[in-house]
Amino acid sequence: MRVVELKNITKRFGNIVANDAIDLDINRGEIHCLLGENGAGKTTLMKIFFGLYSCDTGSIFLNGKDVEVHNPGEAIKLGIGMIHQHFMLVDRLTVAENIIAGQEPKKGIFINFARAKKDVEELSRRYGLKVNAERRIEYTSVGEQQRVEILKNLYRQADILILDEPTAVLTPQEVKDLFTVLRKLKKDGKTIIFITHKLKETMAISDRITVLRDGKKVGTVNTSATSPNELARMMVGREVVLRVYKKAGHPGQTIFQTQNLCATNKRSHLHLKAINIAIKRGEIVGIAGVEGNGQLELEEALMGLREIDRGKIIVNDRDITNYSTAKRRALGMAHIPSSRLKRGLIKSFDLEKNIILGSQWSSHFADKGILAQNRIKKYSREVIDNFDIRCSDSKEIISSLSGGNQQKVIIGRELSGDPQVIIAAQPTRGLDVGAIEYIHNLLLKMRDEGKAILLISAELDELKSLSDRIMVLYEGEMIAEGDTNRFTEEELGLLMAGHREGVLTDVGA
Amino acid sequence: MNDIIYVIFGINTLAAAIRITTPIALAAMGGAFSERSGIINIGLEGMILCGAFAAVLGSFYTGSPWLGVFLSLLLGGFIGALFACFTIKFKADHVVTGVGLNILALGATTYLMQVLWGCKGSSPNVKGLSEVSIPIIKDIPVIGKLLGTHSPLVYIMFLLVFAGWLLLFKTPLGLRIRITGEHPEAADTLGINIKGIQYFSVILSGCLAGLGGAYLSLGQLNWFSMNMSAGRGYMALAANIFGHWNPLGCLAASFLFSYTDALQMRLQSLNIGIAHELIQMLPYILTIIVLAGAVVRSRPPAALGEHYETNK
Ligand SMILES: Nc1ncnc2c1ncn2[C@@H]1O[C@H](COP(=O)(O)OP(=O)(O)OP(=O)(O)O)[C@@H](O)[C@H]1O
Ligand SMILES: [Mg+2]
Repeated sequence: MRVVELKNITKRFGNIVANDAIDLDINRGEIHCLLGENGAGKTTLMKIFFGLYSCDTGSIFLNGKDVEVHNPGEAIKLGIGMIHQHFMLVDRLTVAENIIAGQEPKKGIFINFARAKKDVEELSRRYGLKVNAERRIEYTSVGEQQRVEILKNLYRQADILILDEPTAVLTPQEVKDLFTVLRKLKKDGKTIIFITHKLKETMAISDRITVLRDGKKVGTVNTSATSPNELARMMVGREVVLRVYKKAGHPGQTIFQTQNLCATNKRSHLHLKAINIAIKRGEIVGIAGVEGNGQLELEEALMGLREIDRGKIIVNDRDITNYSTAKRRALGMAHIPSSRLKRGLIKSFDLEKNIILGSQWSSHFADKGILAQNRIKKYSREVIDNFDIRCSDSKEIISSLSGGNQQKVIIGRELSGDPQVIIAAQPTRGLDVGAIEYIHNLLLKMRDEGKAILLISAELDELKSLSDRIMVLYEGEMIAEGDTNRFTEEELGLLMAGHREGVLTDVGA
Repeated sequence: MNDIIYVIFGINTLAAAIRITTPIALAAMGGAFSERSGIINIGLEGMILCGAFAAVLGSFYTGSPWLGVFLSLLLGGFIGALFACFTIKFKADHVVTGVGLNILALGATTYLMQVLWGCKGSSPNVKGLSEVSIPIIKDIPVIGKLLGTHSPLVYIMFLLVFAGWLLLFKTPLGLRIRITGEHPEAADTLGINIKGIQYFSVILSGCLAGLGGAYLSLGQLNWFSMNMSAGRGYMALAANIFGHWNPLGCLAASFLFSYTDALQMRLQSLNIGIAHELIQMLPYILTIIVLAGAVVRSRPPAALGEHYETNK
């Protein structure tokens, strides 16, 4: 039984065709994965279905009836719910307030807060989505925020739930929990559309899969009749090597070092406790850990973006502890920040300006304080070509690029200047297999060229396949350290969750 | 010395402060509503001025101060609608529009005053609102002197502040206003009518500031004079920030400013041997100190001043 039929959906943004005559059928009660590279048009298609965008051509059938969805309000009334790639939650309101807003239970003219709390708790129990109804969103973890988003939609009695890359921000355990909830929802008769890049997850959770590429539909397959390799081929349009090939490393002398580095995040009361990291030339050291355990603080402290309490940072035998960020960069430190749009790019600037960002004073790009437009353009073109950034023009505004291409802009900027030390934080988060393959190969190439790389990541696959050594960061403390092949994925998962016992014994490093 | 202590804590000073507070608190609450929905409202000053003018106009032509008050609500709301139209529909910069509105209000009221009444500085006297006494309260010792006898608009202000607080924090509409100013995109995905909410909030803001103006011209005095608002709109804006965009906080902050103002006036009349100029600085110094402390800690609505458009 078809519950949703999207027919011939086309959507243009300027001269970009984000959706090109896409047909999509969804069966009642299935988990349907929407798979595709960055910028393939997945989010756009779902936003059209949810009434956030209007399509240029095409029609939407719901239970066989031709419907028009002009805004999210109408979508909600039709039983469609969407959990967005970027959460739509108000930090300063409580969990319950976020859930009931728009459909508040009333007592007279007032909101019935007691009812709201009760309703939320009831829903939360029923689906095993643990939340604290009275806590403010700003004090909840990312995992809890996602549960709030799901509850928000269930509260509106959504029958069809769209989840846009729900796992990008979750820990392995949280992903497991989410899948349990999704299966429960499916059993309850809900239909789920699940957008992702991750093939493993797709294979684990879905009944059917539709693959998009460059705004076009490539095809729909039954999960039981396909394989990750086939899916990757469909997504990217060529063979993709899902496991990167890593040569044996030839580490040189230690070039980057921290000694007893301590820092404090006053807002979250997180302390980095005496961090000692040493990276040799030609080596990738992976920092494993669930986000919020000091990754951000570490990244910022190393780049001079956060004051440190104690300790030293040494690059090439030089104590750079008190150096400014600019000075560190001039010394050959490159930084791929975990927060792409906050720290890495200026959304409203074009590619050219973002590519020279930080070097705008250098004589390459400026004459006596005036930007040299031609040289900037030429250099940007080179970076765009070298790093395969897909854009219409070097003057394109960053915010109109897909996530993968935005990341490539950062990587292009950071790695073009022949850095010695690379701090790469969550470098492939939210990216598709093609882009991940590219970035992984690039990092390995950099390693083989003798750069020292610190890879901060929450992806076990990534850590295992790139790092020469792995350290595990938990609640601001390095709780384990060793050569990569000394850890199994299972052990790493446990360590990341803070279980030191039983695992530590065979780490011994 | 006793004189000074008497002035500082004296009932007369406090009662004066309550009177000075009224227009500021009303406008500050207006600012809170507007800004909670995401629209920066620098135009409060002009809205107060228009309200003051409309009140006198209404009283002048009808002979009824209450119709004047009604007209001030109406004109304040209209100015609010105009402001909303520019900032929401045409996406003009909030601050620039607000400043423009203030200049327009000053020019228009001054001009109309000359056309209508042929005078430059101030309007002819009209019938103002007479003070009322609250039966039981006025007989309670200290409180009676403080709150027993005031212009009816003072009492209305207290009621409105409380009602505004209820509206903002206890009703569905208030929740929606707060969401709109914090995260319009989220509001949109919840099916909340963002523009409707913003129009409502800004028009309400205009009504409240207009009512504040009516108190200036018909509650405290019974005429209109050029630039009668004299910066109260800006003080209201500061009180709104200091009061954390909360009607009750707005009232408290407005009262603090007004109290130092009242104090300053009374200390001047005492001749205590300190230069007048220094005493006159008192409220401003306090305002700066308080705001410097408060601004660090207060957090405006996250999407304040932004233009949101459903991406179609
Ligand atoms: N609001 C917009 N304005 C202009 N272009 C847009 C807009 N939204 C999306 N696009 C463009 O449309 C294309 C499809 O984007 P979309 O966000 O749907 O991709 P996606 O498959 O969700 O990618 P990702 O996996 O990175 O989230 C991209 O090229 C993107 O740059
Ligand atoms: Mg997307």
